Amino acid sequence: MASQEILREEPSRGSFINDPKVRGIFFQAVVVIVLVALVWWIVQNTIDNLTRLRIASGFGFLRGRAGFDISDSAIAYSSDSTYGRAILVGFINTLIVAGAGIVTATIIGFILGIGRLSHNWLIRKICMVYVEVFRNIPPLLVIFFWYSGVLSVLPPPRESINLPFGSFLNQRGFYFLRPIWGEGSWLILVALLLGIAMAWFVARKARQRQMATGQQFPVFWTSAALIIGLPLLAYALSGFPLSFDYPKQSTFNLTGGFQVKPEFLSLYLALSFYTAAFIAEIVRAGIMGVSKGQTEAAGALGLRPGSILRLVVIPQAMRIVIPPLTSQYLNLTKNSSLAIAIGYPDLTATTGTVLNQTGQAIECVLIMMVVYLALSLLTSVIMNVVNARMALVER
Amino acid sequence: MQEHDLSFVRVEMALAQSAPPSERGLGAWIRKNLIASAGDTILTIIGIVLVAMILPQLISWAFINAQWIGTDRTFCATVAQGGIQPDGWSGACWAFVNAKFGQFMFGRYPIDERWRPILVAILFVALLVPLLIPKVPRKGLNAILFFGALPVFAFILLVGGVFGLPHVETSLWGGLLVTLSLSFVGIAVSLPLGIVLALGRRSKMPIVKMLCVIFIETVRGIPLITVLFMASVMLPLFLPAGVSFDKFLRALIGVSLFAAAYMAEVVRGGLQAIPKGQYEGADSLGLGYWQKMGLIVLPQALKLVIPGIVNTFIGMFKDTSLVSIISMFDLLGVVKQNFSDANWATPQTARSGLVFAAFVFWLFCFGMSRYSMFTERRLDTSYKR
Repeated sequence: MASQEILREEPSRGSFINDPKVRGIFFQAVVVIVLVALVWWIVQNTIDNLTRLRIASGFGFLRGRAGFDISDSAIAYSSDSTYGRAILVGFINTLIVAGAGIVTATIIGFILGIGRLSHNWLIRKICMVYVEVFRNIPPLLVIFFWYSGVLSVLPPPRESINLPFGSFLNQRGFYFLRPIWGEGSWLILVALLLGIAMAWFVARKARQRQMATGQQFPVFWTSAALIIGLPLLAYALSGFPLSFDYPKQSTFNLTGGFQVKPEFLSLYLALSFYTAAFIAEIVRAGIMGVSKGQTEAAGALGLRPGSILRLVVIPQAMRIVIPPLTSQYLNLTKNSSLAIAIGYPDLTATTGTVLNQTGQAIECVLIMMVVYLALSLLTSVIMNVVNARMALVER
Repeated sequence: MQEHDLSFVRVEMALAQSAPPSERGLGAWIRKNLIASAGDTILTIIGIVLVAMILPQLISWAFINAQWIGTDRTFCATVAQGGIQPDGWSGACWAFVNAKFGQFMFGRYPIDERWRPILVAILFVALLVPLLIPKVPRKGLNAILFFGALPVFAFILLVGGVFGLPHVETSLWGGLLVTLSLSFVGIAVSLPLGIVLALGRRSKMPIVKMLCVIFIETVRGIPLITVLFMASVMLPLFLPAGVSFDKFLRALIGVSLFAAAYMAEVVRGGLQAIPKGQYEGADSLGLGYWQKMGLIVLPQALKLVIPGIVNTFIGMFKDTSLVSIISMFDLLGVVKQNFSDANWATPQTARSGLVFAAFVFWLFCFGMSRYSMFTERRLDTSYKR
């Protein structure tokens, strides 16, 4: 019969061009061809341009003499050092300012975020104004404000502002006492490490005991005693080897002490203050994301408000907070490249100088990209580990 | 059966009573919101001290002691600094902002031609405002004029060189003009590009997907400065000898590509939030890929991520200030450039200029964020309990 014959036929596939598989392969082939052609064109142009400009490609230039000074360096560096070392100095400076900024921004941000949820009307409004102001102005402007608006109009060194603990503030930065580690001070460091290790051990044991018997142990005070007491003991035993180098006022400048340059100070303050506003919003969203029933149930179990916050609300809020917090840390690290605008020698600034001197544009931009990508990746990996520990463990 | 039924049913409603005096008025509000407990009282005192430390100083600096008029630095400098103000004076130098206002807005755009950016600005506002107010009809025509006709018209008018208009080099542009044109083009380019990238990232074609992932993740991992460096030093190397780009255009490309990567991630979040049934429903209706995306998925997905999109816009608006590092003069760049004007250099100049720039940036960003909150509420079709 006719109908049976039709059934036996191959199902109609329609037109060949309407097959999604064929289309997919066709589109991808087109994309690949266009891309390869584009890359080939770019490479050809680049080679032409480089030969015309007589620039040898490759990373050999990194061994050349830098010939420029860097105002702020954590490792030994002079203008006789190599270009590679100059870039390394910049990289370390980026790490320093990003690390310091992350710590400060987190502290300020958490205080503000919790403050925005306070029952106290005044505190709530102050925190709100702070967040709304700093979230809506460019970070570069904040940096300039600290640099040109505040720090560079401070009095000259001769009229330095005296601050507690023998520190000074003037146009050239912030000076504070520098510890001088004498003979035998390695003992203090060993004692500190030992104290931390013992505190960790005590905390572990205490948790195991609480799980087994329900008895609690004053972990906080024991740890504090171990971490602070042991180094102090070592300090006394090794004969008080620590002394301080105070900044002293001489006729024209301050001598001695530890100087923090205004470039670093303005970048660090601006990044911390700016990012803190974003962290505050994240913390607020995190705490608000924990449903009210959790707090009430914990209260019904007889927990005190402090314990409710510590044991019930914060662990759950952290789950919401950590992923966006990671991206804020990454933003802060990337924003530290704004250092170039005020002359703090971070990675972008030193690499930019190297680029201008050698003309090795491709290599220098490549170095910047690779380093920043690696930093981003590293931060993400660390925060993912933290996140995995915090994440909801379900049966 | 009982004679006296003791049950009582109240027939009329009890009259509403006003709250007890302890719960009423200013006193109760203060008790509740400022001094509820000992800790609260301490916080309030700290808050009051903080406000008392900052606010009077700020007001006296910005308004009471501020110098509003003047023609040069002497008006904003103390006697010791060679000016007319008493020693120890500290106030904003709005005279500086006043004198440089034209530059802050237009940069070095020729003074005789400044009517052109002003006309563009008027048209911009005239088309933008009806677009933003939901009740105004003819949104389609309005959008076509705003996104299609206005850019072309603005380009002809601002650049000139035709219809008897003198040509104005983009290197002469500056101030708010540059900030706004960079952000407008950046927004107009990055949203569609970001949508395409997000669709590519969720595509079933492995090569397209891989390319999109590489682009998005690379751009998101590096600072904008690096992208701008790339646009300003590497792009000329990539092009044939003799072909050169306008610097403004290079910055535009850099900013747009950068914002597109962030936009792509925001849009992807929205795409992922749409339930699978919506995709399958569209398929079962026989819609093609673009019909499915354009008619079913994207309208829902984009609505979900409006806050994220606007945040990206705000971020981009703020990021345009970075072009001052590659020596272009946006609002911040012009303000900073004018610090070195010997005619105006005083300790207060930098502060005043920066506060003014901050205020302008803040106004735009705050406005955008508030409008996004409004739109979010308006488009919210979900059921609220």
